[in-house]
Amino acid sequence: MALPPKARPTHDHRVCAMTSWIPAPAIIPALTAAILIFAWRQDIQRQRIVSIAATLALLAVALGLYHLAGDGVARAYRVGAWPAPYGIVLVLDRLSATMVLLAAVLAVAVLVYAVNGWDARGRHFHALFQFQLLGLNGAFLTGDIFNLFVFFEVMLIASYGLMLHGGGARRLRAGFQYVAINLIASSLFLVAIGLIYAVTGTLNLADLAVKVPQVRPDDQALLHTGALLLLLVFAIKGAFVPLHWWLPATYTAATAPVAALFAIMTKVGAYAIIRVYGLVFGVDAGALAGVATPWIMPAALLTLTVGAIGLVASRTLLDLAAFAIIASMGLLLIALGQFDTVGLTAALYYLVHSTLAGAAMFLIVDLVAQRRGRGLDQLVPAQPVSQAPLLGAFFLLTALAVIGLPPLSGFIGKLMILDASYNNPHASLIWLFVLAASLLMTIAFARAGSIVFWKSEGRTAGPPWAQARIAPLVVVGFLVGTTAALSFFAGPAVEAFAATAKQALDPAGYINAVLSEGQTSQAPGQ
Amino acid sequence: MGVGLYLVLQQRTFTIIIGLTLLSYAVNVFLFSAGRLVVNRPPVITGADAYADPLPQALVLTAIVISFGMTALIVVLALRGFLETESDTSDISADGAPAEGEADT
Repeated sequence: MALPPKARPTHDHRVCAMTSWIPAPAIIPALTAAILIFAWRQDIQRQRIVSIAATLALLAVALGLYHLAGDGVARAYRVGAWPAPYGIVLVLDRLSATMVLLAAVLAVAVLVYAVNGWDARGRHFHALFQFQLLGLNGAFLTGDIFNLFVFFEVMLIASYGLMLHGGGARRLRAGFQYVAINLIASSLFLVAIGLIYAVTGTLNLADLAVKVPQVRPDDQALLHTGALLLLLVFAIKGAFVPLHWWLPATYTAATAPVAALFAIMTKVGAYAIIRVYGLVFGVDAGALAGVATPWIMPAALLTLTVGAIGLVASRTLLDLAAFAIIASMGLLLIALGQFDTVGLTAALYYLVHSTLAGAAMFLIVDLVAQRRGRGLDQLVPAQPVSQAPLLGAFFLLTALAVIGLPPLSGFIGKLMILDASYNNPHASLIWLFVLAASLLMTIAFARAGSIVFWKSEGRTAGPPWAQARIAPLVVVGFLVGTTAALSFFAGPAVEAFAATAKQALDPAGYINAVLSEGQTSQAPGQ
Repeated sequence: MGVGLYLVLQQRTFTIIIGLTLLSYAVNVFLFSAGRLVVNRPPVITGADAYADPLPQALVLTAIVISFGMTALIVVLALRGFLETESDTSDISADGAPAEGEADT
């Protein structure tokens, strides 16, 4: 291609070297998964070692990238050094770095939990797990809406495999529903992409952000349709009411570590909404600015209500954990629906908190069910739980975090959300919903906890202390500890999230990183 | 697209799968036409004043690959579900009783 004669790299080598780590969170799991499949298909021990090592490496890279993004500059990595609107870009800013780090922390915890037996119940758990991480990290890093689709698909395909891990008729049925709903969502995603491409002629997020305000008035209806279809897709992924019905069936049918990992999958929907509607259809988008805002708040309130009512109606502990995820998505959306810095700060804080707390909930439910004899996560009086004091404490702490009572991070998150909605014209309505939902959640968890831990009779059926595996308990303790730390270090955390929110709502830096630098980067194919 | 949607809303897994396939066809054709089709123009080569946009074809190709793989997966899923439960309805029984495969949890 003909290029301007001065098309030479301008930035120094050190920055280049650090920028070239950006694709690492996607590459590490991809390579690991391929190696796992080809090299040690049968050797579960070696699979475990390699998988854990790779995930730890991922965590280290994620920490490094988070540190790199901490200076508030968005960085773009051009795959194959193709200039920006044409080639594939991966973009690292505070938001994507935070999400990658969150995914890595969760992955380490879930993996350590899973190697204590769950991973041996079906084949290829570790390879699927790594592919799932590839999809997650890719979706967080990509700067191109079609790549977002591709990484969504990678993530979903791995999640189909993980969800069916362990087999069983109920899992197959729930899996069929899950795959079908996600295939429909993918079709809608493609239609939305087609509409947006037809109008703007580009799919690069930064380029879209530049071109959307310039769209001719007679094309705006098409673009509007595309934008709302996209919201619909993200709503399906994020399990917003009325598109939530797949979630309880899927999450309760999946094995516990998988369900805990899935706790971040709904958050991918939230991330995509922040990214697309903050960047492309944000404040600068002209006639289409804030196209999603009128839809998000009602959906948020409905989601919260259905989540809370579902909690009270739960007949099993797993239902409890699944509906807690839905309720947390509702709260998250209330904060997100404000689309200002305060709201987004609250949303990010609550996002990190609810991912960790939700995952902890699924793992605790699994531990409790194991200790109540065979498959007993039903909320009926039964044999007492062995190691009840410790598990009861964990259950209490996680429940406090999920409900949003002090002293854990749920309380601070909820407070921030209430505070963020203070200036909303419907503030009193929002507060009413949030507080009523909290009451319902408190009742549900209190009832469940007292049935499981207090209304027991007979002798314990679970393993005594000597036979109990320590690692799963440590993992749950770690997850509870992270929410506690999030509450203890709330000051610095909130500052970081505020900076993140500010950056996410200011498209200029992102556009600049992707587009302008592209003109001075290396020439392709030379 | 309408036919696909109607079929997806059925009870049986087979019609759902056919519906999903039709949906993906509809999407592919739509993507293709969204690129503002032109005929008899070269793909992007420098120097041409008008060219055919290659991107929609790349998009459709990717979409075909993904939907093909997913269709294969869902067919296997439906088949396994049919063999294990001897019925091909897509809903989960309401009593929530754990099936045999889950008794070991």
